Amino acid sequence: MSAPIRITLNGAPREFPAALTFHELLDNLELAGKRLAIERNGEIVPRSTFADSRLADGDYIEVVIAVGGG
Amino acid sequence: MDKLVVAGKTYASRLLVGTGKYKDFDETRRAIEASGAEIVTVAIRRTNIGQNADEPSLLEVLPPSKYTILPNTAGCYTAQDAVRTLRLARELLEGRALVKLEVLGDQQSLYPNMPETLAAAKTLVAEGFQVMAYCSDDPIMAKQLEELGCVAVMPLASLIGSGMGIINPWNLQIIIDRVQVPVLVDAGIGTASDAAIAMELGCDGVLMNTAIAKAKEPVRMARAMKLAVEAGREAFLAGRMAKKPYEASASSPQSGLIQKAG
Repeated sequence: MSAPIRITLNGAPREFPAALTFHELLDNLELAGKRLAIERNGEIVPRSTFADSRLADGDYIEVVIAVGGG
Repeated sequence: MDKLVVAGKTYASRLLVGTGKYKDFDETRRAIEASGAEIVTVAIRRTNIGQNADEPSLLEVLPPSKYTILPNTAGCYTAQDAVRTLRLARELLEGRALVKLEVLGDQQSLYPNMPETLAAAKTLVAEGFQVMAYCSDDPIMAKQLEELGCVAVMPLASLIGSGMGIINPWNLQIIIDRVQVPVLVDAGIGTASDAAIAMELGCDGVLMNTAIAKAKEPVRMARAMKLAVEAGREAFLAGRMAKKPYEASASSPQSGLIQKAG
């Protein structure tokens, strides 16, 4: 859990010193409290699991929001 | 009262609007207010990591408590990408299941890829989504979407963002006549008369974005569209007079005309 991990976040490589929870990830990205959704390796990460579920080395993470569109 | 019913929910406005291409969020908000729309579409995109942390988000400007937010799959070219996008959207919108499915065929025409759209619709309906499907104006495709369980079909009037208006009213008429779920024209509306014609044909609603956002005065055009959709709907319900191409008919009395003096 304390080993550094490398993930792909919205298409770009990122490194973190440890396997953060999704809550910690959002804090780290200054996105805490925003209306967003997260996908890990093609699967939804339910908001209810943000506090407990942790990133893993090699994860592909997508963080999305709603933007203007038709 | 004459209201739009989609997936069991009732809406007073038959105009649905997109939220793209506006100058800024303030213009977006004012135009959407002027349109009277209750259902507004949004796109789902990656958030900018490490940028603009303090900027307001679209859903702060258009709160889901006030509007029915209809997430779309714009930019998706496969059923798989569309399904992924809408699963994210449902999570983002706390389980709201009403979605706009669009699977595009190519970047030049943005014409819908119907085989992929049908495949995505099947998966989404099975997962409990309420699918409003953007589609070609092919009556068979519209019927198949209905049979798959879509809650509305949304044929194009002409290409997305083209402003070319209703190119094939006859196909739209066939779809309206044969499909039981609401039929909404989506894409191609250019100005108020296009929206009115769609409604006069018997469409249940109209969805537009560029026609308002790219007008010289978007807020004023939003109001024009609101009035056009209402006028078109009223005209449809009123039932237009028969066309009589070779037969004039005076509106004023034929008798009682004054005579030549003396």
